[in-house]
Amino acid sequence: MVKAENLVKRYGSNYALNDVSFEIGAGEIVGLLGPNGAGKSTAMNILTGYLSSTSGAAYINGINILDNPIEAKKYIGFLPEQPPVYGEMTVREYLDFVYELKKVEFDREAHIKEILSVVKLTDVKDRLIKNLSKGYKQRVGIAQALIGDPKVVIFDEPTVGLDPKQILEVRNLIRNLGKRHTVILSTHILAEVQAVCERVIIINKGRIIADERVDELTKTIEDGYQHEVRIVGTSSAVLPALKRISGVRSAEQLSGRDGDAFIYAVESAGSSDVRRSVFNVCAQNGWPMVGLAPVGGDLESIFIRLVDKSDRKISGGKTER
Amino acid sequence: MLAIFKRELRGYFTGVIGYVFLVLFLAVAGIIFSYTTLFSMTADSTSYFTAMLLFSAIILPILTMKSFSEERKTKTEQLLLTSPVSIPSMVMGKFLASYVMFAGALIFTSLYFLLLLPYAAIKWAVIVGNVIALLLVGMVFIAIGLFVSALTENQLSAAVGTIAIIFALLGISLLTSLVPSNYWIRFVLDAISIFTRFHSFTNGYFELSSLVYYISAAALFIYFTIRVYDRRRYN
Repeated sequence: MVKAENLVKRYGSNYALNDVSFEIGAGEIVGLLGPNGAGKSTAMNILTGYLSSTSGAAYINGINILDNPIEAKKYIGFLPEQPPVYGEMTVREYLDFVYELKKVEFDREAHIKEILSVVKLTDVKDRLIKNLSKGYKQRVGIAQALIGDPKVVIFDEPTVGLDPKQILEVRNLIRNLGKRHTVILSTHILAEVQAVCERVIIINKGRIIADERVDELTKTIEDGYQHEVRIVGTSSAVLPALKRISGVRSAEQLSGRDGDAFIYAVESAGSSDVRRSVFNVCAQNGWPMVGLAPVGGDLESIFIRLVDKSDRKISGGKTER
Repeated sequence: MLAIFKRELRGYFTGVIGYVFLVLFLAVAGIIFSYTTLFSMTADSTSYFTAMLLFSAIILPILTMKSFSEERKTKTEQLLLTSPVSIPSMVMGKFLASYVMFAGALIFTSLYFLLLLPYAAIKWAVIVGNVIALLLVGMVFIAIGLFVSALTENQLSAAVGTIAIIFALLGISLLTSLVPSNYWIRFVLDAISIFTRFHSFTNGYFELSSLVYYISAAALFIYFTIRVYDRRRYN
């Protein structure tokens, strides 16, 4: 449904995108994950025909977006980073405008009414957009993208700037959209991808560093999961005991103390969960455990791990040869 | 195109620009009319239309200054440029909206000449000819305004830049008077001068070449505007 073929976007000597390729099938919900400035917005702007790529090609429903933009754009609903709304129009006027702009041929009243209720805007439909809160403006942006029932909807950071309740609402909304549309969304929040998407494409510095199913990503994250444990007791006794626990790949003492407790980093082997065993060992020996927290679950460390992993794959491939 | 045209036209009246434009246009046209005809005790329309030309050079850039700059600043252009609408029809939609505002105001103010009906014999052909000439010149001014507006995010720069370009074009006719009339440069300057061509209309001549000139000048700037948008995607 959406295909990127060796997309490159160069600004001077800077590569905003460097040889990015992927293919997204109908009905998939895909998250583009990456830190700010990774190239997510650039990729989306190219897919929607707002920018052109320096080289490579993007196809929507098999149509090249640069060769035949008008035809290709008929299949796209796009919510840019900043919702493209006209403040001096009411919600209803704005949606009417988009309806006409996109030359939609459904029954206008029914179609707009349905979208208003899907994104929960019916109550504010006669208010000027400039007087709406950020959350509502974002929903107007989403509503706009849904006009014409496009096959592909693309959301650039749809939950940025929303409060926690609104974030949940928008995520639910997007999940539901996945039943009828191909959805691509960008985010720099890992939890968002895990909550909404089936597949994740991770971009860093303009390159794809991972493209996998979200449950596999979760496995990758949990592989070699690290915990930080704080235990009161003689470290010369505690450390060997931790190392003996089955499922523990390594344990080491970290510098610093928490009151009278020492701090240890415990890395589990594979996807085994060692938290219970650590607790039991402490309990049997009468060592009070005062802290147990996962570390390395944040986006930064996952990146580092994924980059390591892909590097390892590359060097592994070389040694085989 | 129709959707953009309608939104632009309505946009003039949901903001202040439409009202400011109409009020200023009607008021200043009224003042010019009073001074050039009523107070001068004449039904001759030449000085009225000459003054209106200069006035248009200032007021039309205000009408067009927001067209693209505002969309660029608020990023609403992303909607237009990712919708199944071609760039030429987006530009034409905006052009027509500004043009309708201008043409409406101009035709309405030209009816001021009806006031003279009881007192003098009015040369309607000359007046109609002048209105057509101003309608043509307005096309060029609006096209220049849209082009400059597409270049910047700042409305004020768009207005000032447009006024500067228009006055530079009008200034060409001042240069012609400095060049001896048998010199080839004089011929070229006359040919591209908006003002010189306008004067053949005010004097009551209708020249086909002038019609072609104005339409091509407007088309040229509309083409430039389209190119600005085409190019921007690549940068």
